[in-house]
Amino acid sequence: MAEHVAPAHHEAHAHHEESWVRKYLFSTDHKIIAMQYMFTGMAMGLIGAYFAYVFRMQLAFPGISVPGFGLVSPAKYNALVTNHGSIMIFWVAMPVLLAAFGNYLIPLMIGCDDMVFPKINRLSYQIFLISALVLVASFFVPGGGFGGAWTSYPPLSAKGQYNLTPLGSTMWLVAVGLEFVAFLLGGINFITTAMNSRAPGMKLYDVPMVVWMIVVASILFMCSVGPLLAGAIMLFMDQNLGTAFFDPDRGGDPVLWQHLFWFFGHPEVYVVLLPTVGIVAEIITVFARKKLFAYRTVLYTVFGTGVLSFTVWAHHQFIAGVDPRMAHIFTVTTLLISIPIAEMMFIYIATLYGGSISFPTPMLWALSFIATFLIGGVTGIFLGASGADIYFHDSYFVLAHFHYTFFPITIIGFYAGFTYWFPKMFGKMMNETLGKIHFWGTAIPVNFIFIPLFITGAMGQHRRIYNYENFPDLANNPLFWQLSHIATIATVVMLAFQVVFFINLFVSLRSGKKAPKNPWLANTLEWTTESPPPHGNWAELPRVYRGPYEYSVPGRKQDYWPQNEPA
Amino acid sequence: MSSVAHAAHSTRPIANTRSATGMATGKLAVWWVVASEVVIFGGLLASYVMHRLAHDAWSVQAAHTNTWIGAFNTMVLLTSSLSAVLAHQAAEHGDGRKASNLLWATIAGAATFLVVKAFEWTEEITHGFTITSSTFWSFYYTAAGLHATHVFAGAILMAFVAVSARKNLELHRVELIGIYWHFVDIVWIFLFPLLYIAK
Amino acid sequence: MSEHAEHAQHAPINYVRIWGILVALLVVSVAGPMLGIKTVTLITAFGIACVKAYLVAKNFMHINLEQRFVTYVIVTVVVFMFLFFAGVAPDVMKDEGSGWVKPAWKAAAAAAPSVHGGPSH
Repeated sequence: MAEHVAPAHHEAHAHHEESWVRKYLFSTDHKIIAMQYMFTGMAMGLIGAYFAYVFRMQLAFPGISVPGFGLVSPAKYNALVTNHGSIMIFWVAMPVLLAAFGNYLIPLMIGCDDMVFPKINRLSYQIFLISALVLVASFFVPGGGFGGAWTSYPPLSAKGQYNLTPLGSTMWLVAVGLEFVAFLLGGINFITTAMNSRAPGMKLYDVPMVVWMIVVASILFMCSVGPLLAGAIMLFMDQNLGTAFFDPDRGGDPVLWQHLFWFFGHPEVYVVLLPTVGIVAEIITVFARKKLFAYRTVLYTVFGTGVLSFTVWAHHQFIAGVDPRMAHIFTVTTLLISIPIAEMMFIYIATLYGGSISFPTPMLWALSFIATFLIGGVTGIFLGASGADIYFHDSYFVLAHFHYTFFPITIIGFYAGFTYWFPKMFGKMMNETLGKIHFWGTAIPVNFIFIPLFITGAMGQHRRIYNYENFPDLANNPLFWQLSHIATIATVVMLAFQVVFFINLFVSLRSGKKAPKNPWLANTLEWTTESPPPHGNWAELPRVYRGPYEYSVPGRKQDYWPQNEPA
Repeated sequence: MSSVAHAAHSTRPIANTRSATGMATGKLAVWWVVASEVVIFGGLLASYVMHRLAHDAWSVQAAHTNTWIGAFNTMVLLTSSLSAVLAHQAAEHGDGRKASNLLWATIAGAATFLVVKAFEWTEEITHGFTITSSTFWSFYYTAAGLHATHVFAGAILMAFVAVSARKNLELHRVELIGIYWHFVDIVWIFLFPLLYIAK
Repeated sequence: MSEHAEHAQHAPINYVRIWGILVALLVVSVAGPMLGIKTVTLITAFGIACVKAYLVAKNFMHINLEQRFVTYVIVTVVVFMFLFFAGVAPDVMKDEGSGWVKPAWKAAAAAAPSVHGGPSH
């Protein structure tokens, strides 16, 4: 094995002063690339959030010009909801949770100097950036952005005369395809680096859970995106070349698209879930000063969940006319998969039990993830049962379910990881007061957005309708409008509180307290280097002597035991 | 050993030189690439098979694919796989020149494949079998086209490796591009019966 | 590097011989349809494809010399493809189902010439 600690290596390719362009725009350093993904994802998140504000205003106050946008026509509404969903999943959750945290943390937490293929890493970001630009450009072309829902079912998505956005729909598809390619490239780096470049002494069971999670997520992505990439090529041809892959009149089948999409779409939710689950593991162990309860169980559970996630996809298609016998099978597998996920949440609670718990901002986020995600997960049970789903499918109940899962995954997970690793990334401490105000201003309102939507969904509110005044059962029911208003007002309140985060960000970057190497007294390797780490991460690469969760070990004076400290 | 050589040669990070699995990073990466490509082609081909089994009538269209050209191209790809693995053998023995020549032979095979395909498709298109003639032809051109794209891209990458190999540089890459190439060959090994034999 | 050590272990394979076997199999698979028996054609076409793929994977890609997990990963993704087929075919291959029908498919099937008994060429 060729591992070594070699300061000489760095002198051999000492980086002379680089121009700003080389250093920041064309860097191959994993930390810079991580920041590129992070901030691009955050920018896209602002766009996605703005879209949510606009359509929620339209829903609560239909036909009234939305401040900061204007009148929302049906076509615009469709484009807003389509692109809100697409952006949040493909251009916020994926880059922030997988690419940014993955890029930043993996080399640092396994004790090496960069990813194994830095240039491919840079290429993956460049392709990702192009995909984001193509998507944003699609909003400004004649016809506007694609309005066929983020699931893009044909024939609506295939035929310009139906979706009325022929250019926008192709650009959307190209953007998604490019995003997939970017993440395939990135995934190779993550998997190979984590498998091969671990510090000497770091056995597989000494790897921090977040690294495992990101690697498993990358594997899930790489194994599931293929059929959809094939499907995207087929849909592109249907859109632009007149082929009929998904046109039943000419020998195709639109349900094939649904299967191709969801075969990827379901593992995809675990692709974004796992990094957040990993981030939460890191945070709760540090702030409970306690070992992760059942590390190996969590690991094997994650492997099992990963495999199982490939067997549940058609629960998204229960009322699409799929063979009812298949629906039985998918009901069983879907209900089964809730077990390992629930088990992981219980393991986290067991980790906290008896710990010496403190509540800085990252911990608040981590705990709220567990609470909020549990609600989301539990409501999925109703949807996984095909019988109940006949009623719930395509209603706001589904929407509330997946926001109660995706919001903790993407937004809470992002803030948890960002506030936790901010000192390492930027060398400054974030303001705790602002952090807590931001936390409460986000975590409480989100419940007031989506619990009303569970109720309206159960009342029969369909998804993807721009104006419920056309539904007398709902429109004449004052409760419906009350709930709709509550949801919208809560949305505006929650979005307003994000300003506090940005204030905190800028204030902390400019004049935050200087961060020490290890402000949280954590064990993992990233806390043994400077804040922020230099190029190459360490002057001398570390060696590992134990697992990452040796907190409060009996008999030791310190309540933590860094991985790189000799025994 | 290699670390100093690498440091002098390129800005390869130390991460790249480690091997906790016992397998070189490049090779590990190529196998993961192959795995992700299996699902891409797998998704497309599975979709094709489903349709083909359901549309008995496609055999009328499928009768017009030229089995002899398909067989010839299969032979070309098999032979190019041979030259690729012989190139690997040469690289193992440190003979960069020979490896490079064999890689160029492989690229020649790729070029032959693509040229023959171009003629084949021209034939078919001028006879009215375009991508929109029937869904059979849509699948035919898409599957073979996706494969041809991989042949083309692989040939380009192989050229880079061949140029380095001639100078006895980066010889380990000969094996890596070979693994990718054999995968592309295997895809065709399945495409051939699907599109040309089991009509 | 470590890869040289790995490969030194295998007995030298005669690559040209393997190539010869592959070409011979190709000939058989092309000849198969000429017998006109559908089952034979399917066996020669796909059975031989599987054999050829195995030969290339084993002898050219040396998958058996790599770490075990490589084989497991490749086998797993292939299994996923069968899983995909199993989950999707019940819908895509039918021309009618739970509350839907594909009239164009039904019409095409009715109009199709009888194609039992060996593919034409």
